[in-house]
Order: sequence, then C-alpha cells, then structure tokens
Amino acid sequence: MADGWIIVVLLVGAAATYVWRALGVALSGRINPGGPVFEWVGCVAYALLAGLIARMIILPVGPLQETDLGSRLLSAAIALAVFFIMRKSIFFGVTAGTLALIGFTVGGVRMF
Amino acid sequence: MTGTATPAGSKARRTMFLVAAREAVGMPSIVLGASYVGFGSLVRESGMGLWLGLFSTLSAWALPGQVALVELYGVGASLLVIALAVALTNARLMPMTITLMPLIHDPAVPRWRYYLYSHLVAVTAWAFSMRRCPEMPRDVRLPYFVGFATVLWLASLIGTAVGFALADAVPQSVTLGLVFLNPIYFMLIFATDLRHRARVIALGLGAVMGPTLHTFSHDWGLMLTGLIAGSAAFGADRLVARRRG
Repeated sequence: MADGWIIVVLLVGAAATYVWRALGVALSGRINPGGPVFEWVGCVAYALLAGLIARMIILPVGPLQETDLGSRLLSAAIALAVFFIMRKSIFFGVTAGTLALIGFTVGGVRMF
Repeated sequence: MTGTATPAGSKARRTMFLVAAREAVGMPSIVLGASYVGFGSLVRESGMGLWLGLFSTLSAWALPGQVALVELYGVGASLLVIALAVALTNARLMPMTITLMPLIHDPAVPRWRYYLYSHLVAVTAWAFSMRRCPEMPRDVRLPYFVGFATVLWLASLIGTAVGFALADAVPQSVTLGLVFLNPIYFMLIFATDLRHRARVIALGLGAVMGPTLHTFSHDWGLMLTGLIAGSAAFGADRLVARRRG
C-alpha cells in the first residue's frame, strides 16, 4: 500500500480518538457537576476502566495471549498483596507483579 | 486591582505545573513509557516507519486504539472498520473527560482552550488528577493536570522510539513483562483510591463484567460493561444511601 494511505488511516484514527475528548468537553458544560447525571457518568467511567483492566489481565490481546492465565491471575494477586503490605506502594506492587509474571513465564509454570 | 493578584496567581500556577511534572517523572512515566516500548516494536513489526509510529502517539495518544489501528492496518482492514474499532476502543475517553472538566475548570481560562487540553485526557493523568485536584485551590488544578500529562506524553513518544529501536533485541519474556506492567499499574492506581462508595461498586462490577461481556462481543463488550455495570453501581449506591438516610 502507498505511504500516503497509512497517513490517511492514522489521521482517521486520531480523529476517531479525539472526537470522544471533544464531546466530553462539549457535554461537560451542560451537566451539573453536583447532580445525579454527573455521578452516573462517573460510575460509567470507572466501570469501563475496571472492565478494561480486568480484560487486559484475563483475556489479553497481543503478546500476553501466549502466557498462562493462572500465572497472570497469580501475578496480579501478588501485585495487590505486596501493594497493600508495603502501605500502598505502587512501585513495589508493580515490580512484584511484573517480576512474578516474568518468573512464571521463564520457569514455564502452568497453573491450568 | 487584579494587577497585583495575577502575578502571584501565575507564579502558583507555574509552580504547580512543575510539581505535577516532577510527580509524573518517576513511576507513571516509566510504566507508560514501557507500554509504548511495546507499541514501538509493534510498529516496527508491521512495517510502518518510526515517524509514522511517533505521529500516531502524538496525534492519537490512547494506547489500546493505537494498537488496534496498527494491527487492523496490518491485516488490510478497510478504513471504515479501522475507524469504528478505534472509536469503540476509545469511547471511555468521553465519560472521563466529562468528569474531569468541571474539576479542572478555571473561569479565567477561555473555554476553547479546554478543547486543546482535552487531548491530554488518558487513564494515568486522569486518575491522578481525579484524586489530587479536589484538595487543591481551583486556579492550580488545570496546571497540575497539564503538567502531569505533558510529561507522560513525552514519555510515550520516547517509549515509542525506544521500542522501535529495540524490536527483536529484547528477550520475549522481558517484553511480556513490560506489556503486563500496564494493566497491573492501572489496577493499583485504582486500588489507591477507594473512598467513594459508588465508584468502588462500579470498579468491582466492571472488573467482573468486562471479561465476561468481552467473550460475547469484542467490539461492544467494553461499552456495555461501562453502561450496565456503571448504571448498576449508581443505582446500588443510591439504594444504600436511601436506606441509611
């Protein structure tokens, strides 16, 4: 395919991304931040993100598909446990979870 | 009158911009930069040039949509399919922007500029600003968000370039670890802030429904998760509040 075509694709992709941000700005001016509609939108945002994160761990798309589901779940659990033990340290939690997954994968551990 | 108030205010704003930039330099930049290392190597594998990869990170800056675009382009999908997939993947940005804007709104800043700043709305800076901004004076909230997000944006560009350069040079297990950093980091960001009951319920329901609905529809699963789990959490929170009230 021609070089020009990929630029068109990238521009369309950027527009399809930005349109949500612009809509968000436009709508935010019409919604009362103290009212129930605003509260509901916040719940939708948090549910969407939690769904996205859980999907990235349980049903990943891309290279993580090759790793074992049990290893990913256990690594996520380790990350959470270390995070809380180390007084909510994101650094230690993330490091522990990532090293756990690398360790399980290198060691060829399969839970299921 | 305002002549004396403005210089002090602008100094506070500049200070907050730098404070936020410094807060973003550590863990947040490392994690996001590492995620973009994965994107950079994907760009290399798909045969796109480095500049096109950087252009994608600069112009779109929302990773799941960028990955979807590169993969669909790689298999020769039509423009309409690519546009729809990217739009669906990034629909989360709208509720996020709606909830962030009133928080960082400064009456002194012209409204059209928020259409520029909104380009910086993405998970990490959003989550940090949602937590930190309510404690700050109103006029320094926007500089906090912009300072934090700008550093992350730069880290994403650097990550894209590094990933492009390193493709094939890094062992597979390390790449996997880098890709795994991202969901783990997001999970912990949300675990730091569990004060707001409705949001905690939304996070729990969303985490359960996200993967479930994804198996039914890869395209609409996430949108439906947000709408159904979010509405249920909203309703449950109201019920609890009414019982206690």
